[in-house]
Amino acid sequence: MSDDPRSYDPAMATEPLQALLQQAFPDATELAVVDRTGGGDHFQVTVASPRFEGLPLVDQHRLVYDALAAPLSDGTIHELRIKTKGTA
Amino acid sequence: MSLRDQISEIIQNEPVALFMKGTPTFVACGNSQRALTALRTAGAPVTAVDILPDPKFRQELSALSGWPTIPQVFVKGELVGGADIVEELAASGDLERKLTDALGEGYGDAREERVIALAAA
Repeated sequence: MSDDPRSYDPAMATEPLQALLQQAFPDATELAVVDRTGGGDHFQVTVASPRFEGLPLVDQHRLVYDALAAPLSDGTIHELRIKTKGTA
Repeated sequence: MSLRDQISEIIQNEPVALFMKGTPTFVACGNSQRALTALRTAGAPVTAVDILPDPKFRQELSALSGWPTIPQVFVKGELVGGADIVEELAASGDLERKLTDALGEGYGDAREERVIALAAA
C-alpha cells in the first residue's frame, strides 16, 4: 500500500529534514520544512536562530546546506529554498 | 586550460557571474530565472555561464565554491549566493548597494548581458 502514490504522506519526506535541522540548530526559535510540490523532493526550509546574527546571508545559507549535506548529496533533495533569520 | 581554471577565471574576471541552467535567452530552470530577473532588476552587467552541457561543469563549480546548488552568483570574485539570496537582496535594495560598492556608481551604464561557454577538458 505504501507504494501507492495516492497514500503519500508529506510528513515522511519533511520529518527527516526537520530532524537534521533541529540537530544543527537546537536553539532555533522557528524551524519549518515544507514540501513545496507534494513530491517529496522540492522543499522550502525556514530557520530562525541566534547563530545567524551578524552573518551575511551566504554564510547563513551555508550553515543550512551543511546541516542538510547528506540529503543534498544523495539526491533526496532535488530543490531547496532557504529562508534564514536572526532572532534579534 | 583545465575546466577548474576556466571557471575560476570567469569568477575572478567577470564583474557579475551567473552560473545557471540554460542561458538568459533559454533559461532551463525556475531558480536560474529568479536569479537572472533579480540581477536584471538591479541593473547588473550579467555574464552568464550555462552549466548544463556537461555534468562536470557543475561538479567543478560546486567543488570550487563549496555551494551545492545552482544558480550561483558571484560579484567581483565573491560568492553572493543562490536564487533565494539574490532575490532577497534585490528586494531590500542591498543588491544595488553591493554592486555599487564592488563595481562603482556607474555599474549599470555599460550594462550588457554576455554568455561564456565552458569547454570540456
